[in-house]
Amino acid sequence: MLYAILCYHDENVVGCWTPDQDAAVMSKLAVVQDKLKKEGRLGPVARLLPTTAATTLRKDDPPVVLDGPYAETKEQLLGFYIVDCGNLDEALDVARDLGAANPGGAYEIRPVGLFQPGGTVT
Amino acid sequence: MTDTDTAWIDAALTSARPQAVGALLRYFRNLDTAEEAFQNASLRALKSWPQNGPPRDPAAWLIMVGRNVAIDEVRRTGRQQALPEDEAISDLDDAEDALAERLDGSHYRDDILRLLFICCHPDLPATQQIALALRIVSGLAVKQIARAFLVSEAAMEQRVTRAKARIASAGVPFETPGAVERSERLAAVAAMIYLIFNEGYSASGETSEIRKPLCEEAIRLARLLLRLFQSEPEIMGLTALLLLQHARAAARFDAAGELVLLDDQDRTLWNQKMIAEGLALIDKAIRHRRSGPYQVQAAIAALHARAAKPEDTDWAQIDLLYGTLEIMQPSPVVTLNRAVAVSKVRGPEAALQMIEPLGERLSSYFHFFGVRGAFLMQLGRNEEARVAFDRAIALANTSAEAAHIRTHLDRLIRDSQPQGTKASKK
Repeated sequence: MLYAILCYHDENVVGCWTPDQDAAVMSKLAVVQDKLKKEGRLGPVARLLPTTAATTLRKDDPPVVLDGPYAETKEQLLGFYIVDCGNLDEALDVARDLGAANPGGAYEIRPVGLFQPGGTVT
Repeated sequence: MTDTDTAWIDAALTSARPQAVGALLRYFRNLDTAEEAFQNASLRALKSWPQNGPPRDPAAWLIMVGRNVAIDEVRRTGRQQALPEDEAISDLDDAEDALAERLDGSHYRDDILRLLFICCHPDLPATQQIALALRIVSGLAVKQIARAFLVSEAAMEQRVTRAKARIASAGVPFETPGAVERSERLAAVAAMIYLIFNEGYSASGETSEIRKPLCEEAIRLARLLLRLFQSEPEIMGLTALLLLQHARAAARFDAAGELVLLDDQDRTLWNQKMIAEGLALIDKAIRHRRSGPYQVQAAIAALHARAAKPEDTDWAQIDLLYGTLEIMQPSPVVTLNRAVAVSKVRGPEAALQMIEPLGERLSSYFHFFGVRGAFLMQLGRNEEARVAFDRAIALANTSAEAAHIRTHLDRLIRDSQPQGTKASKK
């Protein structure tokens, strides 16, 4: 089954990382990703720009465009992974590995219902 | 405790700082007390967080602990100092404090804005504003700030102390600001953030590495401000502008520390992630159809960022944007920048005509003579170009600027030696 691992963190905190700290976290995460990739279990991975770059379209009638992310929360959705796992325990193991590489915040693990890999975008 | 643990706590403290100090300032109405309370709370956090794990809301934790420690301190010293008014320090022992603070999000936006606004009090000269903001809001140590400003620690300490004293005597507005006042504060704070950025951006080769953190800090503050005021197109413009400028940092100096002009920069060194964020923000800002100087400047920077090669640059559009900026913010420096675009679109003759009237007002401005010399050189008026370049070198602020002009002079000499009339034929 495919699982989405949604990455939540306080982006104020992430924004306080120095470029070196940021690079260190990314390279630790790359180790976990490489392992999953070799096993053929890693789907798309995305790191999102800060929520200040976000725009929300509320599907009112007519739809309303608002600046900022959908939810004003303490922690923000900053990125996601799509990973192939046999069951929830395996997905949690992956999340634990990712968490060890990048402490703080939380991962939401959500089974994927419909997955369309789409074309290649770069 | 490993390094990652401390790094995590440092980031959490830095990130909570503006909100926590802002709230403590609202309680105690005194910058020193607020800062000290935050300092004490941070010390407790360093002891408690590694053992007990991170609090769910670090800022609320720090506010509550900071308040309690400061109150204890006042009680312990036997009320030697006058206590703040009861109303300002009410509900001290309320166990729900942290929760209430967390829920009461409406305050914290004004707390942070007030804290930033205090730092750019009109009584303070720009250098003190920046120093104070970096100390109070960003929480940089005086030593770090001194290093970035290339002054001694003692001198910087004095600058910060003076700034604080001025603010204490100037009186700080604590009432919740009205809409007009809030937008005035916002504009003042935006200007201060831009100043911080420029301190880092205008650094020359040898010091650019040391001062680069100032640019990063300015970007962080701009993002913070934008998170508080998500629908302000000018704050989007400011943030975009800083990101687009800073994206070029790695290409702006060569290995010898000399300034590399935009046309000569290795564009593969530009930071594409920052450019993407900057472009996304300017995109969002334009939708509001409320233009302003930051948005226009960001739009100009965006046109440069979008050009994969210098010759792809849309100079005609840049000329138009500078024209808009001239109307919004008339200044000889803006006209000078516009002239560079004009020289690309309509040639050096037109550009030279445009800057001739600026001579008097920019008579001690390095860039005026550098640009003027370049136009004259393009027109083959080498002798006049040489005079302008000599003047530019005399006015150069950094050795990198002077070195850059010298490369022009070298080219003039090289061009005029083998066949003296070659350049004038052009």
